[in-house]
Amino acid sequence: MVRAVSIRAKVSLTVADSLTQDASDHGPADPGRRDFINILAVAATVGGVAAVAWPLIDQMNPAADTLALASIEYDLSKVALGQEVTIAWRKQPVFIRHRTPKEIAEAVADDHAPMKDPATDASRTKPGHEQWLIVLASCTHLGCVPTFAQGEYGGWLCPCHGSVYDTAARIRKGPAPKNLYLPDYAFLSDTKVKIG
Amino acid sequence: MSGPSKYEPKSAIERWLDTRLPIIRFSADLMDFPTPRNLNYWYTFGGILAFCLAVQIVTGIVLAMHYDPSGAGAFNSVAQHIMRDVNYGWLIRGLHANGASMFFLAVYLHILRGIYYGSYKAPREVLWLLGCVIYLLMMMTAFMGYVLPWGQMSFWGAKVITNLLGAFPIVGGPITTLLWGGYSVDSPTLNRFFSLHYLLPFVIAAVVALHIWALHVPGNSNPTGVEVKSKSDTLSFHPYYTVKDGFAISVFLILFAVFVFYLPDAFVKADNNIAANPLVTPAHIVPEWYLLPFYAILRAIPDKLTGVIALAGAIAVLFALPWLDHSKVRSMRYRPTARIYFFIWIFACLILGWCGGQEPNDAIIKGVAGPTLVDYDINSVTWLSRIAAIYYFVYFGAITPLLGLFEKTLPVPDSLYTPVLSHPAATPAGAVAAPETKG
Repeated sequence: MVRAVSIRAKVSLTVADSLTQDASDHGPADPGRRDFINILAVAATVGGVAAVAWPLIDQMNPAADTLALASIEYDLSKVALGQEVTIAWRKQPVFIRHRTPKEIAEAVADDHAPMKDPATDASRTKPGHEQWLIVLASCTHLGCVPTFAQGEYGGWLCPCHGSVYDTAARIRKGPAPKNLYLPDYAFLSDTKVKIG
Repeated sequence: MSGPSKYEPKSAIERWLDTRLPIIRFSADLMDFPTPRNLNYWYTFGGILAFCLAVQIVTGIVLAMHYDPSGAGAFNSVAQHIMRDVNYGWLIRGLHANGASMFFLAVYLHILRGIYYGSYKAPREVLWLLGCVIYLLMMMTAFMGYVLPWGQMSFWGAKVITNLLGAFPIVGGPITTLLWGGYSVDSPTLNRFFSLHYLLPFVIAAVVALHIWALHVPGNSNPTGVEVKSKSDTLSFHPYYTVKDGFAISVFLILFAVFVFYLPDAFVKADNNIAANPLVTPAHIVPEWYLLPFYAILRAIPDKLTGVIALAGAIAVLFALPWLDHSKVRSMRYRPTARIYFFIWIFACLILGWCGGQEPNDAIIKGVAGPTLVDYDINSVTWLSRIAAIYYFVYFGAITPLLGLFEKTLPVPDSLYTPVLSHPAATPAGAVAAPETKG
């Protein structure tokens, strides 16, 4: 009981001190008040630096005009059976490959073979359009454009670090971690596709 | 080590300046700096490197006056405008492009000298760390400079290297986009690389100033690894080492000039004379020669993230060297066993460099097919890189620490002066013993 009273006395004294300090610079130093000012100053500085840093960092992200290059349409009738074209979408290369029945059969036959990034052939194309394989032409290792008809799986070989993709553009060998990415696309008609 | 300043202002204006900004005193003390008397030509690469940095900055500033850092104009501004139309543009670009290779040649010899003579050991760890920082900054600067001509190798080099960062989970993708400023390497990427390529050399110059400061606290190491014990172990930096460094720079300039004037395209890949095309990767892309060993380490590993970590680790391990080597003997002159492993390590680096320039599937012994192990034929460039990469890391991670514990070293001389006196070339002893006293 005595102890509780003494603590209350001390607290009221502290409050009194801090009140009198406003009037006089020579009052006894109050550690709690000092700490508060320090924390406030540091917090304001950190907040200010962060507020200034963010625009300086975010300016490096893609600008609005760069992001505006959203979608393209492509006429598939220009691609003959067994042919492949590379087109640019958002400044990135995209393969549009008109696959032969043999290539599709090979890809389906390997659906359950051991793979780094397992995927069925059906999941790589749109239903009813299995002959059209549309993938981002950037090797998922370090972004080179793989070359078709090379490598031991009848698909692509990346010239940079030797990643090998099969006829469904699935990674089968080499350092790349993922299958070639599928862009968002939709068939507007049997011969017209919209990418993006 | 440097002791009290010996500079005495000679005129009223020097006295006036000395009490306000003692810059003349500072320069005089630098020139007077007591330097071990037994430094050999391997110790001249510091001066050569300072010279290289100056050449790159001067030629670079001039090139920036004629260069167009836009995706549409960059290739022509270099290949056409600077190389053909700007007065002496071909010369200035020749100096700058070949200068980068010369710079790396010198920095590698400088680093090898540091490892051989144990220059990184206490009390010079900070000096060594600053050197590693400079080397890292040099690689970043050189990489961004290589992108600027915007040829095929420039473009695809940029793509591959920026994609390295994409290997890191979660943060990798956003960081890569941040570097690109778009969906892929493009004009915004070129712009920011130009900006940073202009900035970083000045950062390098600032770290070089710290490097020299850290050098001047303990003073130079020397080929014996024995610390300087008295004034008779040292010579004044000027004229003894200004002249020695100057001579070395002249010899180095001859090699530099051979490349600039007779082999200006020796380091240029033919594909870089084709403008950047984001739809076609050149059949065979390789980085510049000075990055080939690291490139080989990257390719040797079949997993993307592990490959990138190994690549970074190969550089990071240099930073740790002062704490991996516990040998009491500093110089490999007196460490015959360490010397052998060190030379094997240099050989492994050269092997890695050679492998980095080959295709991953190329056979080492032509026409022989061996069994396949971890995706590759054991008779392939990839497996040779793997063996050399393993040695690279084992050398730093195991051999170096173990040698410190078990190696039988040769007796170290009492002072750095002793081997100088007992050397056969020192027969007219008086002439060599105290050259600084001969007027």
